[in-house]
Amino acid sequence: MKKNVPLILAFISGMLILVAGFIPHYPFAMLEETLTNWFMIISSFAILLGQSSLIQANVTRVARRSPNWQYHLAGLISFGLMVAFGLLWGMEHTPGIFGHGEAVVRNLGIKPFDYVFEYAYMPLSATMFALLAFYIASAAYRAFIIRSFESNLLMITAVIVMLGRTSFATLLTSWIPQSWSFLRLPEITDFIMQYPNTAAQRAILISASLGIVGASLRIILGIERSYLGGGK
Amino acid sequence: MSKLDRTQIERRIVFLVLVIAVALPLIFPLGMKTYGTPLTKKAYDLVENTPPKSVVIISFDYDPSTVTELQPMALAVIEHAWKKEHRVIATAMWPQGSKMADLAFAEVQKKFNNEKVYGLDYVNLGYKVGGMVVIQGMGRNFKTVFPKDTSGLDYEDIELLRPVKSLRDIKYVVSLSAGDPGLRDWIMTAKGKYDVPVAGGTTAVSAPGFLPYVNDQNQLYGLMGGMKAAAEYELLLGYEGSASLNMNPQSVAHILILILIAIGNVKAWRKRKADAKQGEVKNG
Repeated sequence: MKKNVPLILAFISGMLILVAGFIPHYPFAMLEETLTNWFMIISSFAILLGQSSLIQANVTRVARRSPNWQYHLAGLISFGLMVAFGLLWGMEHTPGIFGHGEAVVRNLGIKPFDYVFEYAYMPLSATMFALLAFYIASAAYRAFIIRSFESNLLMITAVIVMLGRTSFATLLTSWIPQSWSFLRLPEITDFIMQYPNTAAQRAILISASLGIVGASLRIILGIERSYLGGGK
Repeated sequence: MSKLDRTQIERRIVFLVLVIAVALPLIFPLGMKTYGTPLTKKAYDLVENTPPKSVVIISFDYDPSTVTELQPMALAVIEHAWKKEHRVIATAMWPQGSKMADLAFAEVQKKFNNEKVYGLDYVNLGYKVGGMVVIQGMGRNFKTVFPKDTSGLDYEDIELLRPVKSLRDIKYVVSLSAGDPGLRDWIMTAKGKYDVPVAGGTTAVSAPGFLPYVNDQNQLYGLMGGMKAAAEYELLLGYEGSASLNMNPQSVAHILILILIAIGNVKAWRKRKADAKQGEVKNG
């Protein structure tokens, strides 16, 4: 019963959405609309679930003094502060419990939530992403080595595309006459991106889409049951 | 010195050189210009050729981590849309996208001397969870998905939204997307189901994956990939913004990576040669 009910629900919902795609008329269109509205509502609860899970996991680590527990505590404090700021004074257009907090805005220039978002969260988040550049540079130095014909081909292509995407590309090959412009680096880069790359990407897309169709059918028909938890 | 220590030192040298390579062009701009590509021009043309007073959507499907690449695109597209007197609806498929929209509107407003009126020239409808399902909902009935804007104003009280019943009333969608949900959902639903032209802006690393959609059927009406495309868009608008300026350090960093690849290969080649020599000695 515990497993059969979700399986039946998944089968009925999946089949209804599938049929509605081919017969977009009453009652299927109405049922599809209702189901998709339910999806949005259920998804919203997933956010709450995520937040409670985040608190639970971090509190446990802090309480047990797990390795690096200080970072988890920092995460919890940051989370708590953002929630408090948002609840008390709201965001840019939205009022909080204390309205728009004119007194605080006079001191900070903007609301506390917006202040932390703009001057702490945004730079920190962008910095984390920018750190990838260091790993790429280090990895390029250590791993991008010619070992075989394939790796040679990959490296030549990478060098052309990487160079072609810089402002130097125009400088380096602008002397090539217009009649031979296809030899200019930006042109070669565009060619690689538009033809060999697109052809490969199409193949990947088609294969992935077929995979998604297969996986969806397995879920609808109850063959794939891992989403129910507890193994197969 | 052990091999591990040597690797650690080498890595730190690489990091230090990269910091210098990125910092110097930021302090002393090289003044290099980028070149335009047809993909960016196509997205530009979509905005350019849409009649004034059209209601359009710019979807902020990213968060602050990709702000360097996608925010300059947002600024350029909003500026272009406002220059063409388009009425911009901002939506977000990512939770922090709504804040990114607020920041972008505030930044572009400065260029327009705060002349653009909220509710008439632009509106921020905020974030809705659900990705493709949200877009499908917008295709059926816009109001049911976004009954209020981020400030709590009712749909009916926002003048810009009065003529908008569904996605079919939107002239184009520009999705600035850092992943999923995002541009792919807009292509599959807004274009695929409701035939609304969709243009996109993505991070440079995701751009190749979207190229198959730029085809004769115009599944994707132009694609801006990374900071370079943002710089191209700025160039087409006739100004040099943050993307154009940041292209200099990015170009230098790319060149540095190429040099590092060359050094790495020379080092590997020398090691292979030394190993072969050692093998010969061992074998007598």
